[in-house]
Amino acid sequence: MTLSSSLFGEKFGLTERDLESFLAEALSKGGDYADLYFEYLATSSISLDESIIKSATQGVTLGVGVRVLSGERTGYAYSDDLSPDKIRKAARTAACIASGPATQLTAGLQPSEKRDLYSVPVLASDTPLAGRAQLVKRADAAARAHDSRIFQVQAAYADSVRHVLVATSDGRLSVDRQPMARLNVSVLAREGDGVPQRGYAGGGGRIGLDFFANENSPEAFAADAARQAIVQLHAVDAPAGEMTVVFGPGWPGILLHEAVGHGLEADFNRKGVSAFSGRLGQQVASPLCTVVDDGTIASRRGSLNVDDEGETTQQNVLIENGILRGYLTDKLSARLTQSKSTGSGRRESYQHYPMPRMTNTFMLAGESDPEEILKSVKNGLYCANFGGGQVDITSGNFVFSASESFLIEDGRLTAPVRGATLIGNGPEALKFVSMTGNDLKLDQGIGVCGKEGQSVPVGVGIPTIKIDKMTVGGTR
Amino acid sequence: MTLLEAAESAIQLAIERGATGAECTIAEGDEFSATVRMGEVETLKEAGSRAAGLRVLIGQRQGSSYTSDLTADGLSRMVDAAIAIAEITESDPHAGLPAADELGKIEGDLLLASPDIASVEAGARIEAAKRAEAAALSADARIANSEGAGCETYTGTRVFANSLGFSGAYTSTTASLSVTPVAREGEAMERDYWHTVSRSWAGMEAPEEVGRIAAQRAVRRLGARKIETQKATVVFEPRVAKSILGHIFEAVSGDSIYRKSSFLLDQLERPVAAAAVTVIDDATLPGLFGTSPFDDEGVPTRRTAVIEKGVLKNYLLNTYTARKLGMKTTGCAARGLSGAPGVGHGTLYLEAGEWTPEQIFEKAGTGLYVTELIGFGVNTVTGDYSRGAAGLWIQDGKLGYAVAEITIAGNLKDMLHNIAYIGNDLEFRGSTCAPTIAITGMTISGK
Repeated sequence: MTLSSSLFGEKFGLTERDLESFLAEALSKGGDYADLYFEYLATSSISLDESIIKSATQGVTLGVGVRVLSGERTGYAYSDDLSPDKIRKAARTAACIASGPATQLTAGLQPSEKRDLYSVPVLASDTPLAGRAQLVKRADAAARAHDSRIFQVQAAYADSVRHVLVATSDGRLSVDRQPMARLNVSVLAREGDGVPQRGYAGGGGRIGLDFFANENSPEAFAADAARQAIVQLHAVDAPAGEMTVVFGPGWPGILLHEAVGHGLEADFNRKGVSAFSGRLGQQVASPLCTVVDDGTIASRRGSLNVDDEGETTQQNVLIENGILRGYLTDKLSARLTQSKSTGSGRRESYQHYPMPRMTNTFMLAGESDPEEILKSVKNGLYCANFGGGQVDITSGNFVFSASESFLIEDGRLTAPVRGATLIGNGPEALKFVSMTGNDLKLDQGIGVCGKEGQSVPVGVGIPTIKIDKMTVGGTR
Repeated sequence: MTLLEAAESAIQLAIERGATGAECTIAEGDEFSATVRMGEVETLKEAGSRAAGLRVLIGQRQGSSYTSDLTADGLSRMVDAAIAIAEITESDPHAGLPAADELGKIEGDLLLASPDIASVEAGARIEAAKRAEAAALSADARIANSEGAGCETYTGTRVFANSLGFSGAYTSTTASLSVTPVAREGEAMERDYWHTVSRSWAGMEAPEEVGRIAAQRAVRRLGARKIETQKATVVFEPRVAKSILGHIFEAVSGDSIYRKSSFLLDQLERPVAAAAVTVIDDATLPGLFGTSPFDDEGVPTRRTAVIEKGVLKNYLLNTYTARKLGMKTTGCAARGLSGAPGVGHGTLYLEAGEWTPEQIFEKAGTGLYVTELIGFGVNTVTGDYSRGAAGLWIQDGKLGYAVAEITIAGNLKDMLHNIAYIGNDLEFRGSTCAPTIAITGMTISGK
């Protein structure tokens, strides 16, 4: 896509000359670098509760963020008005971070390489609303039909399309159209007068409506949510203390996101405040573990053609056979550590400046048969599904909540277990990985990552793995 | 066109185009922030933005839309979008605006906005952040690094109008300062933070005090041990005790009650907590962070006792959830710009008790003093509770060594009954506030 054929060229008449003049304004007081991030975001959402489509919303926001870098300093300003005088005003505000003679723009803007990781011929947002509304109706019907003990169903569908334009003083001009759609189903099951139990499933990505067929149909998500809630009806209290834990494939990859991913973001490491700071080349996991962050997988929730600084995304090896190999960098941290951006600069919106973030983080498959992994455990916990997690990057301690897990007794899954938090320490936990499965799976497309008040969509993945020692926070 | 006129014009257009009811919210905000790290400016941010949200009713169906384009054209497109999307929603017998006689606002100066915020000079934020960080770095030789300090001021205006003739607006200001020092001993690092927040610039605590407390908190986490798995009394410091109030809020909010997804379902007028526990929601207290003259449906805010002497007295409700339950709204409608109103709270707090924190440590004898909780392991449907924790071990009635990489677990139903001591150290530092509390019989999971 070129500037002139983009929404910003067509609708707002922006030309390369305009962009260059805004950048010149941003560097009018000096500084090493400036960029402009234009964003137009259109969203729709439909929610169902008690079998009624109770609410639906659509809306549009747009704006531009202007950033100026001067040494380690960042000046940032934004405007939700794209008239040239308002953009110039924001540029002059951001410029105040520097104080000196103007920096001259040397390079003309060059369009970045063409790439299409999410070619969606028909955007979900361009299809009739009634068709999208059917998805939540079908999910509701399927969840209720799954089992008579399902007594509450909430289903939500949301889609968005984000148009972005990034222009940088080092000559990069990137235009991208980033679609996203997602369907979630949340149910409650109850038996007699017993305590209700929740089940949750969903999925999506940078996809069109055709995604929601077959294994990603509303019926499939509804059945999965209902199944989880029913399983929980007979769950026993979770155990407490250190034990062997087996992680199922897919979403349990959130372990990697919390245990190592955040700690490897270059801003924390540049400042020396991460538990992984200064550990490049050291053993931080068992030799069975190779962990990558890859923003280039087609149609995934965490994927991007270009990051939010206009850099091409790539596959970054974080841990190779247990050895720490690399950090995730944005332009600022790359500049300050004399390295190259790994295409990991992301931001929530034009109102935020970018920072190093993950995209899709996963562990490569190993060689073990998942059945063999289970059979090797005498007593332990098998975690099939998780809720959210969190990490203290400085101490390295991380947690995440198991939402569907089972006791392992003599190599077999036995009783389902109530929700519990698992806790570990980043640079230590993966050293206890003793088996990795041949069944790598990525999650279904529901991940949201928060950092310093900014949320971005991400993906995770993992094969079945066995960790010999991890603390499980139950009550028993 | 003023923001109020913009809201009123959107409502009028909606009615002309077929809506039977409409309400419009407009939010405008200006933020100025500075962060410093190791004595140098790291970021300066300055910006203003505004956006509008609209909800329309067509009979018992409702649709919503929002826009950041407040021109006449932009508002007109917002109205069309809401009416178009209402087509796919279904008739909901309980949907609607509040009754006309429920609308209104509380009068008098609620001290939400301070004039001194507008006159803060750009350099003052940098200076405050630098002083706070410098105080942290010089407080102890083991503070060798910092994640930085930040100072921010915010001015926000909220405008609300509906087709029943309600219109209102209020402006609020916030000034805040925080610092996150990093303590190191050998290879081990620990961080912590402290912050101050006020409606006025002058109301913030001194930067030196903020820095000193942050440093003390980071240093005392050094040398943390992982302890044995056991049952013990857990003492929550105020900063973490307020999270328990967040769980109570979720359990008494009308949405959770009508969906039967609350561990406090069907408990009105029954004991749900120790007799010493009184939880109040009050959005009328001048100058506090949960205060506003009217809620996000134009209903006057008020004081509601949620739990009184251990007995559950009231749920927190907006118009919709009140109608679902055959009750009256408690003025707790809360919304962003998009979608239908949800349920929120004003200043939700646990009333102070009689004990100093030191007396509570003495009474506990042995146990865990929690200063940080991480993770999301709380299920307010069942009450199951399991979170990552860090803090100090209480030995012989006094604070001892640091502990980390453990979890604390229980069930909220039991935990509320097992609140054995409540501190006298309640402070209003946000919209949920609690003093120190001690809960007996929790499971600590460690080695």
